Amino acid sequence: MLTTFLALFDWHGAGDYMPALLRGAATSLALTACIMLISLPLGLVIALVKLGRSRILRTCASTYIEVIRGTPALLQLFYIYFVLPSFGIRFDPFTAGVIGLSINYSAYLAEVYRAGIAAVPQGQIEAAKALGMSRRKMLRLIVLPQAIRVVVPPLGNYGISLFKDTSLVSIVTVKELIFTGQIVSSTNFQYATVFTIIGAIYLAFSYPSALLVRWLERRMSVGGKAKPAGSAAQATAATQ
Amino acid sequence: MIRLERVNKHFGELHALKDVSLSVAKGEVLSVVGPSGSGKSTMLRCMNHLETIDSGTIYFDEVPVYQNLQRCRRRADSDRAVEAIRAKVGMVFQSFNLFSHLSVIENITVAPIHVLGRSLSDATREANVLLDKVGLLAKANAYPHELSGGQQQRVAIARALAMQPEAMLFDEVTSALDPELVGEVLRVMRTLADEGMTMVVVTHEMGFAREVSDRIVFMADGRIVEEGEPAAFFAAPQQGRTREFLRSLWERNRQLGGTVSP
Repeated sequence: MLTTFLALFDWHGAGDYMPALLRGAATSLALTACIMLISLPLGLVIALVKLGRSRILRTCASTYIEVIRGTPALLQLFYIYFVLPSFGIRFDPFTAGVIGLSINYSAYLAEVYRAGIAAVPQGQIEAAKALGMSRRKMLRLIVLPQAIRVVVPPLGNYGISLFKDTSLVSIVTVKELIFTGQIVSSTNFQYATVFTIIGAIYLAFSYPSALLVRWLERRMSVGGKAKPAGSAAQATAATQ
Repeated sequence: MIRLERVNKHFGELHALKDVSLSVAKGEVLSVVGPSGSGKSTMLRCMNHLETIDSGTIYFDEVPVYQNLQRCRRRADSDRAVEAIRAKVGMVFQSFNLFSHLSVIENITVAPIHVLGRSLSDATREANVLLDKVGLLAKANAYPHELSGGQQQRVAIARALAMQPEAMLFDEVTSALDPELVGEVLRVMRTLADEGMTMVVVTHEMGFAREVSDRIVFMADGRIVEEGEPAAFFAAPQQGRTREFLRSLWERNRQLGGTVSP
């Protein structure tokens, strides 16, 4: 039984295609970085528009978020790679993948930002207003710095899940980790070995990142969070 | 300096302010007292345009201030008008509302730097003077959650003063404090009053109202029921509603063995 199981793996042959897999991993990482770099600011902009004063823009932002979150990411990728060319808009696979997942992730990240901003206590906003701050200054100096503390851990988690979701862009023929694995294994038939190695590579990046996010989360909650005005604050002060 | 003229305010069904007219003169210390839910805080918040009003007019230095689109051509105009007033009128809240992500000194300097355009060094120097005044110079680099309620409230007062306001609004600033911390905050306010600051103080501290204010306004059910000088107000209230309120306070005080009597 065990021998049959072990016979499925051929670790000695792995050296031949390891470079290809590592190139695939590098592509996956590059995709993650590009998509995060675009969707982090884009998500914030969408969140701010959704919380803004213009009703038309608010509706636009809500529609964007609902449409994107209500349809599969795969469909969005198909649209960009296979449908847009009918309108004369063509992207290479990598660019199409980056655009597709950036659109997808910005909608989710917008909701994360929105929740973070909504978590800033009303009293902080009133205090900023009472000091004569404009909406913009209030946002920049008071609201966003406080929202960031709330928002960093979930953003980190989205980053990790994005790294795994980049496998979706194999559908538009980007040679990232999964697609490379398919190519390699379809020629040497070492499915068990190839996909086990790929799993290990994903884990090798995801798990340390998850630990990092957890550490950030702990750091952000120490001392930084707004404490309720009453007894809790006084109790802390009394013990110091 | 601040004048309300027939101001009305509704919160849904609740008619929170009913035809409220009141004027605050420069250098005057005005205390607003009354049962909870009488509209005291709402009136104070209207003075700083933290609440919009449904009808009536609020004047600042005899200039009417409009916070609604109907009377201002563009939203930005009304925004700027309101921000200008708020920069001149300091406000202190019941729940302190210090910026939790900023240190004490940053709490005090953030608005002077970013609203008034002061330099960091000027703002810091002035902030230190104010911290000294409220007795918290040693806490300049502490964060709000490291301070007691009384200390937080004194920082909040310093923060408002750093804008060099022409008037200060106090919204039940001692109500959230442990009793032994009330005195330190009232002491700072008394100093301010002695220095000639224009103050509107919504309070339940009758001792403070009587000793420090020039005038007392009694509100009930969204209306100003009675106003007068402290001595007359406490000794010979004219309205039944005022007498009832003072009597209930007196009785509660007697039960608690307090020393403040009407």
